[in-house]
Amino acid sequence: MTRRQRRFSLIGAALGVLALAVALVLSALKDSIVFFNSPTEVVEKHVKPGTRIRIGGLVKEGSVSRGEGLAVRFEVTDGKGTVSVAYQGLLPDLFREGQGVVAEGALDSAGTFRADSVLAKHDETYMPKDVADALKKQGHWKDEKKLGAAPGGSTQ
Amino acid sequence: MMIAELGHYALVLALALALVQACVPMIGARKDDPVLMAVAGPTAVAQFCFVAIAFAALTMCYVRSDFSVVNVFENSHSAKPLIYKLSGVWGNHEGSMLLWVLILSVFGALVALFGANLPARLKANVLAVQSSIAVAFILFILVTSNPFLRIPDAPLEGRDLNPILQDPGLAIHPPLLYVGYVGLSISFSFAIAALIDRRIDAAWARWVRPWTLLAWMFLTLGIAMGSYWAYYTLGWGGWWFWDPVENASFMPWLAATALLHSALVMEKRDALKVWTILLAILAFSLSLIGTFLVRSGVLTSVHAFATDPTRGVFILAILLLFIGGSLALFALRAPLLKQGGLFAPISREGALVLNNLFLVSACATVFIGTLYPLVLEALTGEKISVGAPFFNATFAPLFVPLLIAMPFGPLLAWKRGDLLGVAQRLVGAAGIAAIAVAVIFAMEGGGPLLVPFAIGLALYVMAGALTEILERTGLLKVPLATAFARGRGLPRSAWGATFAHFGLGITLLGVIGETQWSLERIAELKPGQSISIRRYDLHFDGVTTRQGPNYRELAAHFTVRRHGDLVGVMEPAKRSFPSRGTATTETALMTRGVSQLYLSLGDPNPDGSLAVRLYYKPLVLLIWFGAVVMVIGGALSLSDRRLRVGAPKPARSKAALSPAE
Repeated sequence: MTRRQRRFSLIGAALGVLALAVALVLSALKDSIVFFNSPTEVVEKHVKPGTRIRIGGLVKEGSVSRGEGLAVRFEVTDGKGTVSVAYQGLLPDLFREGQGVVAEGALDSAGTFRADSVLAKHDETYMPKDVADALKKQGHWKDEKKLGAAPGGSTQ
Repeated sequence: MMIAELGHYALVLALALALVQACVPMIGARKDDPVLMAVAGPTAVAQFCFVAIAFAALTMCYVRSDFSVVNVFENSHSAKPLIYKLSGVWGNHEGSMLLWVLILSVFGALVALFGANLPARLKANVLAVQSSIAVAFILFILVTSNPFLRIPDAPLEGRDLNPILQDPGLAIHPPLLYVGYVGLSISFSFAIAALIDRRIDAAWARWVRPWTLLAWMFLTLGIAMGSYWAYYTLGWGGWWFWDPVENASFMPWLAATALLHSALVMEKRDALKVWTILLAILAFSLSLIGTFLVRSGVLTSVHAFATDPTRGVFILAILLLFIGGSLALFALRAPLLKQGGLFAPISREGALVLNNLFLVSACATVFIGTLYPLVLEALTGEKISVGAPFFNATFAPLFVPLLIAMPFGPLLAWKRGDLLGVAQRLVGAAGIAAIAVAVIFAMEGGGPLLVPFAIGLALYVMAGALTEILERTGLLKVPLATAFARGRGLPRSAWGATFAHFGLGITLLGVIGETQWSLERIAELKPGQSISIRRYDLHFDGVTTRQGPNYRELAAHFTVRRHGDLVGVMEPAKRSFPSRGTATTETALMTRGVSQLYLSLGDPNPDGSLAVRLYYKPLVLLIWFGAVVMVIGGALSLSDRRLRVGAPKPARSKAALSPAE
């Protein structure tokens, strides 16, 4: 084999593996991606029943009801829209009314979201008010204005 | 009470030293001035000392629970056990960045102290590049993430560390991971130094390999430790989630693994120089990208990143500077590097190139899966989640050919190999795999073919890894003592490769066993009721409450019987931490051989029943045991005499070098 042929076989192998990787990525991107929606978007976009999606928002106060076995129903809201969620299984430690939550699953024909996994989003950077004020005075405080979780590392 | 200020001051001094170290030796190398070049060593050691003082100062603030320091107040509590006061130092953004810089300076100091046999110019350039990274990150800490800030009216009590982080596994996981992550900076500095100096040869690869190996070992341990921590803490038995934070450490691992293999080719055959340099740059770039992902807040929410972008933008600037700068330098200088030894496609070199192709492609798919959602959200506002299905569909198919080819590599000769001959030598390994496939297929009574074949592949990888050692020691053919003597005579790096490859096979076996044969039971139990899983009966005896140092605990007591014989007790618990108003689930694990019973609690119901989740996890411990075996392989290879000797004697004939692994 000449140097040129060797180089071509090398480049050929590289391109082959690369093409395989690209093909795999493209097909996986088409099939295995789950879109994230807020309750308002679920209502407005008319998400088709059976399509796998993730929804996220706050667990509505007073909406959690436990049924037979480990069945749980609750409502997820973003202040505007509300979606009722049914789930069977153990809820995460940080799951609580008024706290953030993310659920993955699909809508059924009745418009209830059947979740097969529930993750709690929890603002772990709770701070007593007077300390927060003291920090604000010092200019070390940056407002965190949003629903749900604060980034673990970017407070004060 | 001046400790925090002392730490702050030490960090500023370290910055000044880093600036000197980044400039002076490089100018010295350019002017060929030995005095200027010699500045590098002492400043590297001094820089390390001052960063260490800063780190010690922060640690002291934590140990003394000095809540007048914002960072301590936010992440510590006076009632916390000492070990978590210590781990609290790096359990937060500011402290972990300080640890990052500390490890960076440790590696710089190590090169300064143990790099006596390096050529002066290379050493000066390496330390200067290393220090320029330190300049960027110390500046980042001082400007955006100062851990030494004070609160004027000190609160009496701290807010405590996030309870989920109060765990021995997580106390040591970040330091291990950071040593790996940041250790790759040395390979990067060597690569840039070589490009600046326009000189690169086999000796360069021999200097770089031990550092890469060291970083790789810690990265492996760190990832395995993090995975085990997630497994027993999060309460639902998963050990790998393809979570962006995990991917952030996995991508550098894949690149570092590729780098180890390509540096081998460069060291032995003087080939693949350009590629090896590029990999060294990429591996550390992926570490930087990982740091950006984890530390900028971009993962939690692109939106949060947009509202408070100071830190993110700063790290992004560091990223662009180092990755862009090094790639630009690479583009300019790489064509000037001389081509090295020739090899046929079927050869040890060819096999290692194939290894690199697959590892890098696999790494690229992880990269796309991790960054695509972020880019999409930043551009269109559309939120998607790319989870396990994506990675299983892309990563796994790329890893399978790699695993099939893996045993061939060490058996092929350098320069020109005999594929058919090697295939014949692997007949034994393939035979073992075939028997396993048949046995498991029969045991499963049909079912999906995937499982038996996956197990077969794992056994083939393990047997294939042993083939080389078996042949070279003549075990099973010559008397045991002779084989033993031959085994001792083999280079340690050959043993290292065998262990590392064998370890990968073990991990694979664990992964397959856990994912395919795992059993799950979820139930609500009242005291006196039982739950059973795969021949084990768990009897729920009742609950007790206990008081821990900074939490209250509700523990459930279970008696475990197998076929009626008492095996032991399991006590899963729920802990509530009043200081944060949060709770954690403490899983109970019972190890049976390499399999485990896994029991975790849900919430207690008003009627007195308790929700429990019970798993039987076959072979699960092999996942992490395999990683430990890989690390042992790395350590064996690192202890190889030839790596410690440093500069190779130039003029020994190639033929004399090639048979040795």
